[in-house]
Amino acid sequence: MATMLQKFPSSVSTLNDYNALYPDWTQREVSTGTTIMAVEFDGGVVMGADSRTTTGAYIANRVTDKLTPIHERIFCCRSGSAADTQAIADAVTYQLGFHSIELDEAPLVQTAASLFRDMCYRYREELMAGIIVAGWDRRRGGQVYTVPVGGMMTRQPVSVGGSGSSYIYGFVDSNYKPAMSKEECLKFTAEALTLAMERDGSSGGVVRLAVISEQGVERQVILGNQLPKFSTV
Amino acid sequence: SRASRKRECRIMATVSVCQYHRGGFSFENCKRNALLEADINKLGFSSPAARKTGTTICGVVYKDGVVLGADTRATEGMVVADKNCSKIHYISPNVYCCGAGTAADTEMTTQIISSNLELHSLSTGRLPRVATANRMLKQMLFRYQGYIGAALVLGGVDCTGPHLYSIYPHGSTDKLPYVTMGSGSLAAMAVFEDRYRPNMEEEEAKRLVRDAIAAGIFNDLGSGSNIDLCVITKGKVDYLRPHDVANKKGVRTGNYRYKHGTTGVLAKTVTPLNLEVVEENVQTMDTS
Repeated sequence: MATMLQKFPSSVSTLNDYNALYPDWTQREVSTGTTIMAVEFDGGVVMGADSRTTTGAYIANRVTDKLTPIHERIFCCRSGSAADTQAIADAVTYQLGFHSIELDEAPLVQTAASLFRDMCYRYREELMAGIIVAGWDRRRGGQVYTVPVGGMMTRQPVSVGGSGSSYIYGFVDSNYKPAMSKEECLKFTAEALTLAMERDGSSGGVVRLAVISEQGVERQVILGNQLPKFSTV
Repeated sequence: SRASRKRECRIMATVSVCQYHRGGFSFENCKRNALLEADINKLGFSSPAARKTGTTICGVVYKDGVVLGADTRATEGMVVADKNCSKIHYISPNVYCCGAGTAADTEMTTQIISSNLELHSLSTGRLPRVATANRMLKQMLFRYQGYIGAALVLGGVDCTGPHLYSIYPHGSTDKLPYVTMGSGSLAAMAVFEDRYRPNMEEEEAKRLVRDAIAAGIFNDLGSGSNIDLCVITKGKVDYLRPHDVANKKGVRTGNYRYKHGTTGVLAKTVTPLNLEVVEENVQTMDTS
């Protein structure tokens, strides 16, 4: 049955040659090409993402919001298949909300990350989702957990993800310093995302930032012409 | 013994009749289709193509509500199957949905969600919200993992204001002020990106949507015929079908029937054929 499932889509496309009438992007799945990033600082986290969603070579949404609220002070950055990550985020939002009401207490970031991990690992063959979970809770303050494709979960002080992340590992490794302030983290994230968006075709649009701390969530958007400028080669 | 064999047969019969239905899509027919496909190809024929709505559909949020637009061509491969099909589907009195992709999938999906939303609305005692329809549609499409080829533009006005969503076959959705879908979506999006402004007036929004669909009709082979519009505001829906007949069937300028006597008769010979009845076979029609 599994092989039949895999054969079916390809036999549908050879049945009728639609290439002239229906271009490639009408038949491709929607993916959040993406660059996503999260950094811990003392008192909270800074999260950032680009805003491009692609179907093949067409940009389906140039102002996507990939920073999705899971709970009041817990957000996630989504990369991979748009449908898969939206469905997972909706499911985890429900589960965490239910859990929080049962506890009568704000949930832990680690709990949210575990819920993501459980789903991403259990259905790892069917899903394509790379998620960074970040937020603030009273027990451990600002935390960043990464749940890449495959369903591993680990806590990191800095995490990058998505197709554009390959281009900024060097920048992140050399420019990250422990114990940065909130403003330094914001600048660091914005610069890293700008560099990735410059080089990765599947990332672009605007830079969306979010700062989560005990006080709550502050969101910002940096438009194309306001992005930090690097040397133009 | 005969008694135990009889019991065995009865048990076998019940097992084969009551198959446990595991839920989800049943791929039994896909196996059958693949076999039929192979057999037909051996004979040199090709199986009929699924009818797709090639399509240009779009939507825009303006000052008082949303305007949805669609073309009216349905194609079966390279042939136009329906010159005037309706692609703007009713979901609820305040929510309508345009559908691109496989015609049957968009039709049935919107009907199922419309039915469920009506029941939900009776249960809550409230007018349904666009976000509810969006949730129902995306959860259903995700469940079928993209095998239901329905790409939708969902729009409506509810107690929280006007809303517009685009929904893809795999179940991802985007909430935006203007969206286009279908094979003509690039042409329509070009028009939107040029002329969209927030908080437009109704006439300007209708003109913009009309022009976007027209761009799809005239520049995309999968879209054509007329432009349908649906203007949804708080408390009122204008279903304009057709809003603009962009492609009128031409009138033949000349008469191509030849009058009797155009061709002169030179000679006439009549040869009777002598046929004899060899066998007579009467088959009565089964009218039961």
